[in-house]
Parts: sequence; structure tokens; C-alpha cells
Amino acid sequence: MIVTHLSLTDFRNYTTAEVPLVAGANLFVGSNGQGKTNLVESLAYLSTLGSHRVSVDHAMIRQGAEAAIIRARLENGERQILAEVQINRSSANRAQINRSVIKTRDLPRYFSSVLFAPEDLTLIRGEPSGRRRFLDELLVLRSPRLSGVIADYDRVVRQRNTLLKSARASGVKGNQLGTLDIWDDRLVDLGSQLIEARSALITELQPEVTAAYTAVAGEDHHATLASQLSIFSGSESDDAGGAALRRDIITAREAAVAFRESLVRLRRSELDRAITLVGPHRDDLVLELNGLPARGYASHGESWSFALALKLASANILRRESNMGDPVLMLDDVFAELDESRRLRLAAAVADFEQVLITAAVLDDVPAALTGNTVHIAHGTIVGSTP
Amino acid sequence: MYDGIVQELIDELGRLPGIGPKSAQRIAFHILQTETFDVTHLAEVLMTVKEKVRFCDVCGNVTEQELCNICRDPRRSAATICVVEEAKDVVAIERTREFKGLYQVLGGAISPIDGIGPDDLRIRQLMQRLADGTVTEVIIATDPNLEGEATATYLSRMLMHLDLRVTRLASGLPVGGDLEYADEVTLGRAFEGRRLVEN
Ligand SMILES: Nc1ncnc2c1ncn2[C@@H]1O[C@H](COP(=O)(O)OP(=O)(O)OP(=O)(O)O)[C@@H](O)[C@H]1O
Ligand SMILES: [Mg+2]
Ligand SMILES: [Zn+2]
Repeated sequence: MIVTHLSLTDFRNYTTAEVPLVAGANLFVGSNGQGKTNLVESLAYLSTLGSHRVSVDHAMIRQGAEAAIIRARLENGERQILAEVQINRSSANRAQINRSVIKTRDLPRYFSSVLFAPEDLTLIRGEPSGRRRFLDELLVLRSPRLSGVIADYDRVVRQRNTLLKSARASGVKGNQLGTLDIWDDRLVDLGSQLIEARSALITELQPEVTAAYTAVAGEDHHATLASQLSIFSGSESDDAGGAALRRDIITAREAAVAFRESLVRLRRSELDRAITLVGPHRDDLVLELNGLPARGYASHGESWSFALALKLASANILRRESNMGDPVLMLDDVFAELDESRRLRLAAAVADFEQVLITAAVLDDVPAALTGNTVHIAHGTIVGSTP
Repeated sequence: MYDGIVQELIDELGRLPGIGPKSAQRIAFHILQTETFDVTHLAEVLMTVKEKVRFCDVCGNVTEQELCNICRDPRRSAATICVVEEAKDVVAIERTREFKGLYQVLGGAISPIDGIGPDDLRIRQLMQRLADGTVTEVIIATDPNLEGEATATYLSRMLMHLDLRVTRLASGLPVGGDLEYADEVTLGRAFEGRRLVEN
């Protein structure tokens, strides 16, 4: 799939923008703060209904405006689609496909993209929550049903924590513990489904990540993935530290047994601390290079290669399963972080995707192979292009 | 912000469920500007509703008398009780014309976040109604969401030891609609919960 034209109205620093795009590589260049990232952010929003920079939509509406409009002409083989979303400051957002209104949450099924951004480094160096989000977003793209499982699981954790708090405050009444059992059932049922789905995804990602890391870094540093599961950890520390690593698929059945055992074992501490101490909300995806945890050991360039490999691996999986062509790849400020040989190898690794959008402050950072259609950006306007 | 009483009206309307600030403003100005709008009648209805309407002594449904019209109806079977969360669920099930028994309206679902535990629902009343053995089946028709399911589990554990048939409404695809219009979460769940075809 490719985007043939992007139109923006009152999005970030753009009053209006009309950006024609071509198949293959498109490069947006301009000084810092001119609006390059805003362009790819708008397309990422169209495909995920979210932004990698903010969690609130109204930050994307141009200051002083009431609504932002993102409109893209998409092409999938012979098929043409006009996708549009309006982000409103004080009412619900609206989406359209080919000028008829659709449910906003259905928009992502018409357009798929994968964004690589400097923020991805937190996948390697940041907290477990970022890695859980990476897995869960990919799970939902591949199996939309799981969005319901994940939302319900998060809600069970909140319900259960509230119950534990009130039980603690009132000195634990038998009656309240009766309903705790019921939430335990839902917690174990939904949580075990999520554990199985994540572990299956990790085993599928592994060969893709190995290949992608080698493609980007030029050497095989044994980039490996493993699940660290709080239901298997003896401790009650925050997050799953200390649990044995698992690289196989953990079935929901196996997870449920271990989950129940740890709930029984930790009941006292859970009542003391009034929080749910085990479950997928405390698990981690452990990333290793040459047998050492990447977090805390890998160099800056190695960490970057790993982050790129994770994104590239997910793009490859989506591409293989997609019936609407390749996801559109968007590389935001990625080349500036890499040495010359990694730049060339990354350019080669993304070259056969149908469309790649790149942003860079310095034209020379980007390998010549990707500069075919170069669009110059200044002060929220498209000032010209050099095809 | 508008002057005094106008803003007060907007704020008051905005407190109603499902009405955001924009709609509240629109309704307020409709009331202010439309000449034919009968404010007195609306005000009277609101007052009367609060005065007269109460909950049925037996089942918790809304009524203007001690018993609701369903509990008063001699044609309804006393052998079956359908347990629902809200009075509006009674209306929905009545529309089907399939159910000829009685109801128990719980008044919500178990939800610690909202401060609702089993004691805040009309569960004790239900247990009392089951005591004399007239009722032979309880149909649990709580909402098919997390809190509704939790409430259903709680109820089925309470009822397990009684000599009763306990059933739960099936949930799944909306019938009558087209498969292609079911959203992916509903359709995906229906796949997960598929059954063997018996013949
Ligand atoms: N809602 C908004 N309304 C108006 N301007 C905004 C809004 N949100 C962001 N901006 C402006 O957009 C500009 C940032 O654009 P963007 O992040 O796309 O820059 P960039 O070209 O990618 O820069 P860099 O090379 O530094 O990454 C900033 O000047 C910012 O103030
Ligand atoms: Mg930028
Ligand atoms: Zn009644």
C-alpha cells in the first residue's frame, strides 16, 4: 500500500498542506522544528489513532484552531481509498472512508504503517511498560479480538486493586474476600490468554529480529528475546525481575496454573500492599545481545540497531500477513543516529517495501538511494520538491 | 461562561448521563429560544416522576405503585425469575415477548471502582424470593461485560446449592444484522466461543 497524496488542515504547525507522494522513498528535509515529524505523525495517526509523542489528541490541533483534518489518498494495487479523520477539540473525532462516515475506531483497518522514531530507543533502555505496549500493539494489529482481552484485563486489575484497598481499609471482611475470588477468576482467565498470545508472538518475532538485527548492524550479535513472567517469579518486587526467562510458547493452561499458585502464595502481601502483584501487567520482554541484557550493557549504536530490528521485524510480520500490501514505513530522524555503514544497510533493508517516508534535518545523513523524491519543509509549509 | 442562571442550567444539564458540554449548551438554548417549548410541563413531569415513581417492593422494577405491573399480572409464571441489572433491561426483554416469568432488578452490577459490592444490589431480596421453592429456574441476564460477568459468577455461586435450574443468556453476534457489519471484537469473540453443531 502507498500514500499518493497527503492533505492537512490545522494539524500541528500546518494551516494547510498538500503533499504529493510517490511509491518508493520520499524524503522530508528541513531545519529543526519546521514540521517534518508532524507530517509522518499525521499519517501514523491515520493508521493507529494514536501519536508516538502525546497521549492527548488535541495537542495535534493547530494552536487556536478548533479541529485538525488529516486526509490521505491511498492506493493498494488497483484499489484507491480516500481516508480522512477530523480531530475535534470539543467533540468526538470523525472518520470517513471515500467520503462516507465510518466508526472512528474502524479507521486503522484501512491503512497500516510502521513508524521508526528516536523515541523507540526507550524500547531498549526504558521501563518494561514500553516493551509491553510494543507487544500488545502488534498483537492487536494481528488479532483485533485481543484489544477486548487487553482492555478487560486492565479493568480487572483496577477493580481488583480497588477491592484490595477497601478490604485493607475495613480490616478484611469475609464477604469482600468472597468477591475477590470472582475477580481472581477473571484475572487468571484474561491474563493467561494474554500471556499465551505474547509468548507466541515473541517466538514468532525471534527469527525476524535475528535477521533484521544482522541486516542493520552487519554482524550477528545474537539478538534474543525472552519473556520474564511475574507468575513464575518467587518475589513480590515490582515487575517481574528475578523470574526465569522463557523462550517457548506458554499455553494459557500452563499460565493459569502458575497464576493461581502465585495468587494463593501472595494473598497476604497483596492484602498488605493493596495491589495486584502478579500478571501480564508486571511482565517484561527481556532483550539480550551476546547473552547480556541490552538494557544496561548495549552501546548507543547497538541499542539503536536493536530498536530498529524490533520495528523492522514487526513490519515484516505485518507485511507477510497483510492482504492490503506492505505497511508504509516511516523513518523519523533515524539516519542521524547511525554510522555510515549502518545507514547504507538500513537503506537496503527497507528498499523493497512499497513506500518509505523519511525525515532528516541534514540531507547528507540520508543515503543517496533514498533521496529520489525530496520535499523541503520550512515553517509549516512545503517549500518545494526536487524529484 | 454565561451569566448566572444560564450557566447553571448548562451545568445542570451537563451532569446528566450521555450529555457533554456542547449538547448541554444546545439544549439550554433550545429551551431559552423556542417559544412553543412548554417548560412548565417538563418541570411538572420531572417533579411528578421523583414524587410518584418508586421501586417495586418485590422485584425492584420502577413503578408508581407498591408492585410493578409485571408482578401484579396473574398471567406471569412465578416459577421463573430473570435477573437483570437495570429497569431498562426489563423493557428490552419485554419487547421480545419471549419471557413469561418474573424479574429481579439488581440495581447495577458488582464494581469496586464504582463502590458497588453485592450488599449494594438487590441480591438478598432475590434469595428471599427463592426460599419457598416456587421458583424452579433463575435466568441470569446481566450485561455481557466484565462487571456483568462478575455479577453473574457471584450469583451462580450463591445459587449453586439451591435446587434450581440456573441459566445464563447466550451472548454473541447480533442476529438479524449482517455478519459483515459485526465489529472485529464481537466477531472474534464469537469465533472463540463457537459450539459444536448438534443434530
Ligand atoms: N498544536 C500545535 N500548534 C502549532 N504549532 C505546533 C503544534 N504542535 C507542534 N507545533 C510546532 O511544530 C513544530 C515542530 O514540528 P516538528 O516536530 O515536525 O519538527 P521537525 O521538523 O521534525 O524538527 P526536528 O528536526 O527538530 O525533529 C514546533 O515548532 C512546534 O512548536
Ligand atoms: Mg522531528
Ligand atoms: Zn415487580
